[in-house]
Amino acid sequence: MNTIPILTIITFLPLAGGLIVMGLPSSQSKVARGLALAFSLIALALGLGLWRQFQPASGSLQFEEGPLQWIPTLAVQYHVGVDGLGLLMVLLTALVVPMAVLASWKIEDRAPLYFGLVLLLQSGLFGTFTALNFFHWFIFWELSLIPAFFLIKLWGGPLRTPAATQFFIYTMVGSVTLLMAFLAIFLVVHEFDFIKLAEMGRNGTLISELSNQLGWRDLTTRRLALVLFGGAFLGFAVKTPLMPFHTWLPSAYAEAPTGTTMLLTGLMSKMGVYGFLRILVPIFPQEMVWLSKWLLVLAVVTIVFSAGAAFAQRDLKRIFAYSSINHLGYCLLGTFAVISSGSATSAPLVEKAAALNGVFLQMFNHGLTAAVLFWFVGILQERAHGLRGIEDFGGLRKVAPVLCGLMGIALFSSLGLPGLNGFIGEFLIFKGAFPLVTWAATLSVLGLLITAVFILTVAQKVFHGPLNQKWSSLPDLTSTERAWLLPAFALIFVLGIYPQAILGVVNSTVVQMVAHLNF
Amino acid sequence: MSMIQYLWLIPTLPLLAAALTAIAKQPQRRFAATLAIASMSLALVLSCIALTVALQHWGHGEPEHQVYNFRWFQFGDNHWLELGWVLDPLTAVMLVMVSFVGLLIFIYSTGYMAQDENFTRFFCFLSLFAAAMLGVVIANNLLLLFICWELVGLTSYLLIGFWYHKPAAAAAAKKAFITTRIGDLALLLGMVWLYSQSGTLLFYNGGKGCLEQTALLKLVTQTTSIGVAVSTGIALLIFCGAIGKSGQVPLHVWLPDAMEGPTPVSALIHAATMVAAGVFLVARVYPLMGAPATLVADHAEVVSTALRAVTWVGAITALFAATIAVAQSDIKRILAYSTVSQLGFMMIGLGVGGVAVGMFHLITHAFFKALLFMGAGSVIHGCHEEQDIRCMGGLRKFMPITFATYAIGMLALSGFPLLFSGFWSKDEILHHAHTWSVSHWPFYMGVVGALLTAFYMTRQVFYVFFGNCRLTLGKTTTSEQRTVAHGGATAKEHPHVELSSEPHESPLVMTAPLMVLAFFSVTLGFIGTPAWPWFQAFLEGKQLVSAPGKLMEGGILSVMGLSTIVVFAGIGLGYWLYGRKPVPASQQPDPIERLWPDVFYLLKRKYFVDEIYDWAVVGLNRRWAQACDWLDRWVWNGAVQIISYLTVVLSWANRVFDEKVVNLGFDEGCEGVSLGARLMSKLQNGRIQNYLRTIGLALAILVLILIWGCHAQ
Repeated sequence: MNTIPILTIITFLPLAGGLIVMGLPSSQSKVARGLALAFSLIALALGLGLWRQFQPASGSLQFEEGPLQWIPTLAVQYHVGVDGLGLLMVLLTALVVPMAVLASWKIEDRAPLYFGLVLLLQSGLFGTFTALNFFHWFIFWELSLIPAFFLIKLWGGPLRTPAATQFFIYTMVGSVTLLMAFLAIFLVVHEFDFIKLAEMGRNGTLISELSNQLGWRDLTTRRLALVLFGGAFLGFAVKTPLMPFHTWLPSAYAEAPTGTTMLLTGLMSKMGVYGFLRILVPIFPQEMVWLSKWLLVLAVVTIVFSAGAAFAQRDLKRIFAYSSINHLGYCLLGTFAVISSGSATSAPLVEKAAALNGVFLQMFNHGLTAAVLFWFVGILQERAHGLRGIEDFGGLRKVAPVLCGLMGIALFSSLGLPGLNGFIGEFLIFKGAFPLVTWAATLSVLGLLITAVFILTVAQKVFHGPLNQKWSSLPDLTSTERAWLLPAFALIFVLGIYPQAILGVVNSTVVQMVAHLNF
Repeated sequence: MSMIQYLWLIPTLPLLAAALTAIAKQPQRRFAATLAIASMSLALVLSCIALTVALQHWGHGEPEHQVYNFRWFQFGDNHWLELGWVLDPLTAVMLVMVSFVGLLIFIYSTGYMAQDENFTRFFCFLSLFAAAMLGVVIANNLLLLFICWELVGLTSYLLIGFWYHKPAAAAAAKKAFITTRIGDLALLLGMVWLYSQSGTLLFYNGGKGCLEQTALLKLVTQTTSIGVAVSTGIALLIFCGAIGKSGQVPLHVWLPDAMEGPTPVSALIHAATMVAAGVFLVARVYPLMGAPATLVADHAEVVSTALRAVTWVGAITALFAATIAVAQSDIKRILAYSTVSQLGFMMIGLGVGGVAVGMFHLITHAFFKALLFMGAGSVIHGCHEEQDIRCMGGLRKFMPITFATYAIGMLALSGFPLLFSGFWSKDEILHHAHTWSVSHWPFYMGVVGALLTAFYMTRQVFYVFFGNCRLTLGKTTTSEQRTVAHGGATAKEHPHVELSSEPHESPLVMTAPLMVLAFFSVTLGFIGTPAWPWFQAFLEGKQLVSAPGKLMEGGILSVMGLSTIVVFAGIGLGYWLYGRKPVPASQQPDPIERLWPDVFYLLKRKYFVDEIYDWAVVGLNRRWAQACDWLDRWVWNGAVQIISYLTVVLSWANRVFDEKVVNLGFDEGCEGVSLGARLMSKLQNGRIQNYLRTIGLALAILVLILIWGCHAQ
């Protein structure tokens, strides 16, 4: 249908760009960031082009390329394509990377390497969100990890080395178990293609084949399936993260430079949720139903405990890091709520659709809002000579009204204020989750409350009260910064008022997923 | 033109004004004020048109709901979430009230805030508030109502914290937002529950709305796992939202603190409109609240659980807050507790009498409470930011207009018989409470509440306007804080501080709205008397029957007589304690304090509710956060650390095993190899003569062997 391999182009363009930028001599920081911005903007243009060409009425894969044989003996194929979910994530990536580049504008130290790594990371993300073959997907999944590691390790804060190591090893462990689970599956069914695996997962052949051919140590069918599921689950649970697999996150977010934190929270955390939706739910539906109660418990724990932990933090970056965990917790709550009811009659179909639509919307909006919030922390930190403790400020509204006003809007967007982008996603998740799993939804509401408490505490301590005289000459946002932030804020408002812009794209995919879940 | 299609213009006009003011610069004061007032005037005009349209549709039997619905977004196979607005008597009445009172307060604010450096931002927030509040009023969808409801909460937060440099204001703003959010989250749950049960959130949609027969019947017949009807569960959750917003016990604590905001804000948001939104919400979803009685004729006498809850919460609040108001000394806090108490009365009215009863008090209260707050603002303004009534006194000589209008407001609030609107609306509530089939207690509580209302208002008026002027300037904390925070510009911003030390009357721009409100505080009562219940008939869509004889009916007359006695008793008691002798000097204890110091202390400290919440809720939250943090640092992270240490230990053990066990044998072998290698390497030391020597030797040996071999053959 589509002759131009646009997904391949969008994936490999940043890769090429990254290699070019890295090759620049390190004195050429201006050229490096200019080129990086140019490449990311081209990617954004391509992403928008994809969006325009996308047929929203169809929930199936579009812009498909392949499957082309790559390593036939290993069933490795080059197969890419996006449905509503993939497109949404590609768009988010295309959007957040230029923001992260702009937020890193002042980096002078080894700038070509920095911006090159950012572009490599973008390529990894694009590949992850478009690949449909496990092997191919896994390469990009890991490819995105390596630049992130170096970005933290080389440009991070004072404790960057342990943070980067912990981040890398933690994620790596998850990746290894994920890989092993899929190798085990490959041994049995000789298949890496997500779509075919999903089909086997749906009709139950995967589980029966596994137990037929992989009789490990007399494990029962159910146990064996759960072991493999557990391996795959760990990979995504760490990445998202789901409590208690999250401990790498606060220090990684806090130590990473601003632009990298934006990429980590805005995009890499979405890889985890994406993995749940693209891989775990379709391929392991039965296992997820078996474990749904425990998964829901984990989601609720994630939501409530991370909100509580956020309230206890004193470092703005750590506050928003925990808040990020909390917001992704709602995504997982929605996902698990949908799966928990298993195959039921048609009545809750609309609830499942609501919850999944909410999850998709929340993924996009959290990516946008969290990136903006961390950007603001970066702006504050730069003006305050590296300080970013909640107690270090006070009364900033007096000297920097625009900065505080806009950051306030971002804070309220994160709080889920109706009229801004964060609300409808959360509303739909609760709308779906409440009738499906009332107890989990009711408990999760506590997270919304505590979020309000710590968000307003941030506003109170940083913006309000008497002006901390240390910052009496703190500059307000420059007009350049305002111009850079303008598109993000335009989106925050537009998506708050017109969520159909996103729901229109993803709804068909959701409907198809829901139909597939009713196996 | 059909009004219903253009109803959205009413909230959109102030919203546009807010958006334009938001990008205005600080010095563009006139622009901001003009824009806000113009948009509000237009909104008022449109609201009046809407009211006339609603009057034209005054049906007989059921109130008519004109709706305009549209699709917002789609999810699921073929499900659209629809939004919309509704025009019915309830909407029309609220629209006119909100835009009218709002307009007066906007005008008043141009005088009150004239010297504030953030004048433009103030009008931006005020316009945004008006837009959101009008949105709440016209919404025909619970979600749209909730969205506007939260935006109202946001503007309330912004305006309470308007003087953000005051730590108390910043704290009060946060407290208000979070306390109301507790209720809002229950409302959110109620909303999603209602949505999943009825499949729509539209209130009215030609028979398919969630407040209409079909949906309600479904809700009433289903029961939850704990045995109550689904409709009851949903109604109670929605009511929690109203408890938060309307400052009902136990979520009333934010409202008195909200007085940290500028006084026009207190008048508009925390007296007349926003806090009434909770009452309005209950009135809006009344068919759900009252179900099944509102549905099935044979259940007409059954009082629903939800309405019982509404009544009891209202009654407790009405009495509880009134007692606290008796012992307060801040002019605005007295009014704040009075507002809480009156909102309780409205809830009783809704619970025992229906929409019209509660709404009547809401409307009359909006006028006289706005009047009282703006009068208080005028007093505060005239006394140079003094708010402690003990430090006022004798002001009637200095501010005659304020005094006269304030007195009218006070009499209306106290429910002074016949002439004042508060009498008629409160009497309606008491009358219905008297005939309530469930219990008489709400009636008794209401009567005591009414007594206390008359008493504390008399006390306040005597403190403020009678006796000697006890004003001492420049010593109050409030004015100091404002002065400090406004930086060095005091003299410029507050010229009167330097010019005159006497209290003074406020400018006409502030007193004119007072006079208008005073007029309505008197006259509004006459549209809802038992003799001519126009208001009630309009709201309920019934035919208006004027029956002057009804005034003389036994039940009505006796309640009216009782409430008259109660009002006179309250005012008389107030006069006896505070008016007979001049009010004591500002340091001396209050007369009640002399009589019952312990009781007075308990009331003054508001039954220690704040302290209890501080200890229980806030403390709990903090401890919870610490627990989460501890769990994170030590348990989750600890587990990871332990695993990582175990890995390190394992690797170390592995290495030891490798080196000492596995490699031992291997190393032995290696030793041999290496020994040989060393020997061999000696051969290859690169010296040509050695090579030649070796080659020569080998050659010689080879030759010898060959020779010897040949001979052997």
